[in-house]
Amino acid sequence: MVTRTLLSTGAAIVIGLGVLAIGLTLSGYDAGAALAAMGTGAFGSTDAMLSAVLPRAIPLILIGLGIGLAFRGGALNIGAEGQFYAGAITATWVGLQLGARVGALGEPWARIVVLPLVLLAAVGAGIVWAGIPVLLKLRFGVLEVISTLLLNFVAEALVSLMVQGPLQESKHIYPQSDLLPAAARLPQWPGTRLHLGLALALLLALGLWVFGRRTLAGFALRATGVGPTAAAVAGRIDTRRVFALALLGSGALAGLAGGAEISGTTYALFQNLSPGYGFTGIAVALLAKLNPLAIIGTGLMFAALEAGASAMQRDAGVPAIAVYVVEATIIIVVLLADARRRHLAMRAAGGEG
Amino acid sequence: MPSALSLRNISRQFGTVTALRAVTFELAVGEVHALLGENGAGKSTLMKVAFGLVRPDSGSIAVDGIPVQLRSPVEARRAGIGMVHQHFTSISALTVWENVALTAGWSVRRPGVVAERVHALAQHAGLALDPRSIVRDLTAGLKQRLEVLKAIAADARILLLDEPSSVLSPAEAEQFLGQITAFKALGISTVLITHKLSEALGVADTVTVLRHGSVVHHGPIRETNARTLARHLLGEVSIDRPQLPPPVPGNIVVRASQLSVDRLGVGGTGLRRATFSARAGEVIGIAAIEGNGQRELLRAIAGLVRVAGGSLEVTAPVALVPEDRTSEALIGDFTLAENLVLSQGRSAPWIHGPWIDWPDVHARTRELIERFEVRASGSAMLARELSGGNQQRLVIAAALERRPAVLVAENPTRGLDFKASADVHERLRATAAAGVAVIVYLADLDELLAVADRVVVLTAGIAHEMTPGASRTAIGRLMLAGPEE
Repeated sequence: MVTRTLLSTGAAIVIGLGVLAIGLTLSGYDAGAALAAMGTGAFGSTDAMLSAVLPRAIPLILIGLGIGLAFRGGALNIGAEGQFYAGAITATWVGLQLGARVGALGEPWARIVVLPLVLLAAVGAGIVWAGIPVLLKLRFGVLEVISTLLLNFVAEALVSLMVQGPLQESKHIYPQSDLLPAAARLPQWPGTRLHLGLALALLLALGLWVFGRRTLAGFALRATGVGPTAAAVAGRIDTRRVFALALLGSGALAGLAGGAEISGTTYALFQNLSPGYGFTGIAVALLAKLNPLAIIGTGLMFAALEAGASAMQRDAGVPAIAVYVVEATIIIVVLLADARRRHLAMRAAGGEG
Repeated sequence: MPSALSLRNISRQFGTVTALRAVTFELAVGEVHALLGENGAGKSTLMKVAFGLVRPDSGSIAVDGIPVQLRSPVEARRAGIGMVHQHFTSISALTVWENVALTAGWSVRRPGVVAERVHALAQHAGLALDPRSIVRDLTAGLKQRLEVLKAIAADARILLLDEPSSVLSPAEAEQFLGQITAFKALGISTVLITHKLSEALGVADTVTVLRHGSVVHHGPIRETNARTLARHLLGEVSIDRPQLPPPVPGNIVVRASQLSVDRLGVGGTGLRRATFSARAGEVIGIAAIEGNGQRELLRAIAGLVRVAGGSLEVTAPVALVPEDRTSEALIGDFTLAENLVLSQGRSAPWIHGPWIDWPDVHARTRELIERFEVRASGSAMLARELSGGNQQRLVIAAALERRPAVLVAENPTRGLDFKASADVHERLRATAAAGVAVIVYLADLDELLAVADRVVVLTAGIAHEMTPGASRTAIGRLMLAGPEE
């Protein structure tokens, strides 16, 4: 089963790259050079992997885990992008405020105090941002697909407001925040851009995997997602509560992703901080069939594609957005393969007999 | 004369299960042929073969003596075969004539003409239906009629009716079966798939009985009788069950006084000031026509809905067997073991703090399915792969595993065949004999009277406790009585 999934995903990547090559050739680009640049950008050197791929994978994995959690519980969270920004804004604010005040403590004490607070604040902001759709759903029956999606735009506007207002850098020239003080930064692997957020993401993936497989709460989550009526009647599970917790947990992880991005990679808040992590995260989770361990793999895959895409733009002059062709093709191919497999299974099972 | 439909030596294997074993089935022109069998005997698969939905591993098919390949329902329809499924396949927002025209492929450019044509066809087939009514407003009986009309409009000369009475009320079913015999005059040959002996004996000319994928009996209906058919149907199982000793009622474990419950969903009346009690060790039968408050009463006892007025005292724990097996009692895409975890909650032996001990769950599931004779390949099998009867066994097993003081069962034999229903009855009786108060609603009054010690009739949400031994007529009359206000 696992080998089969790996094989079909591998085939999907090859097909996706093939489609990209055809498209590039037809538009007059040198497809060979473009793909070579992509490959080098993603896997060409240790530096590419440590500084380009892995740092990108961190938010994708964290968000993917969150989406997986929500979808497992039947909550369609399309608002990870907004929750990510809520986390990023809050992490910036807390980091700047606390960093200035606690800086006097000196290393390493300042960091031990400030860094966890920065990340926790980001988690809290993600929960609050996801809490709005939860309330709307439980109170008024507003579909979370709609409310989470729309709150993305609100969060993006909020970022604009912040970087031109309260959080704008001290000289008031650029639409971005000041750089976070050292105490609010996640430690980096020396000489690379890889930060400790990766360890956090991997631990959380493992934790969520164990949670889903071995705990009663994880079981209740799955039951609510797969059979909400039976979960409520036969299982006497409070499915509204499970829904709420799944969506809030999802927001927490997306918020953490935003906090980790600020605290580990950019050190500052600015517009378009996320190149669509919140949406790519949905593909990351779905391709992994919501399995937390598989999300590590799909997160790395999409990170490699996007890192390769930047290199392709830099070195071969092909717009980076061309990589969306590859991503979209992969998703379509995998979905088709799944549909085909289900069709065959149904054929084999036939009727009641 | 060649047969209208001839299936010869049809075999079909699903995985490790042999659904059909060299089955030969001949449908003579103009006859009504009953295809009898328990759930899982292979009758549905055989008809799916005849309708191009399932391809046989081996065997041949001929229509009017001409060999055919049926690779899809489209090809089957072209060959003159029409199938009426258990579920309705009409578009509820459209009118009767629109549905007929859609299926038959008639042009709808002149609605008046088409409606008239549908009307004429309905008259001709003896299926009175107003072509202009909207399908969603039709009763189940009329919807069924429409399904048949659609098949006839599509020029079907061979009709496959898959358990047509299962969705109808008894009166509607009787009327519908009467219409089947009238099809003979139109030159239509009919296969009536059923597991009810009375239906086969009532309308069929010929009967074929399937058991475990093989034909065990075939012949004219007049040369057989209910007893013989039952033996063919069930195999060498004794139909007479051992009599259990009369119950010794214990303490009162459910006491409802002036109990009111708001209605669940649309339609129905809810429960209004119901007063009754149940003792340990007895089976209380709730007799009611759909929507008279039985659902509200049972769910209130099970603690699933809020009490709106009056008082309700119930000795815990209470276990519920919900009416809808596939959506409320089980999660079809979960394994049997997972469904057991679902049903047992936090107090189960495999729960240690927040953890589930899965090896223990699987061991206990295997033990449970063996003890309750659930036919399953193992604890990791998906619940939806079980037959209806085995699903119900699993649901009841899981309910009893909670060691309840009160067992509430909502129409637990719905959709089950004769043998599986008898199993459920027996299990309910045995549960009561073990000192549990069993409160059961069964849609079939005869079944209810067979299994219950005492009957409570619900009419428009008002409860009437009947004395033990109250007559069927008295109960029936009370069920039909309208609201008293």
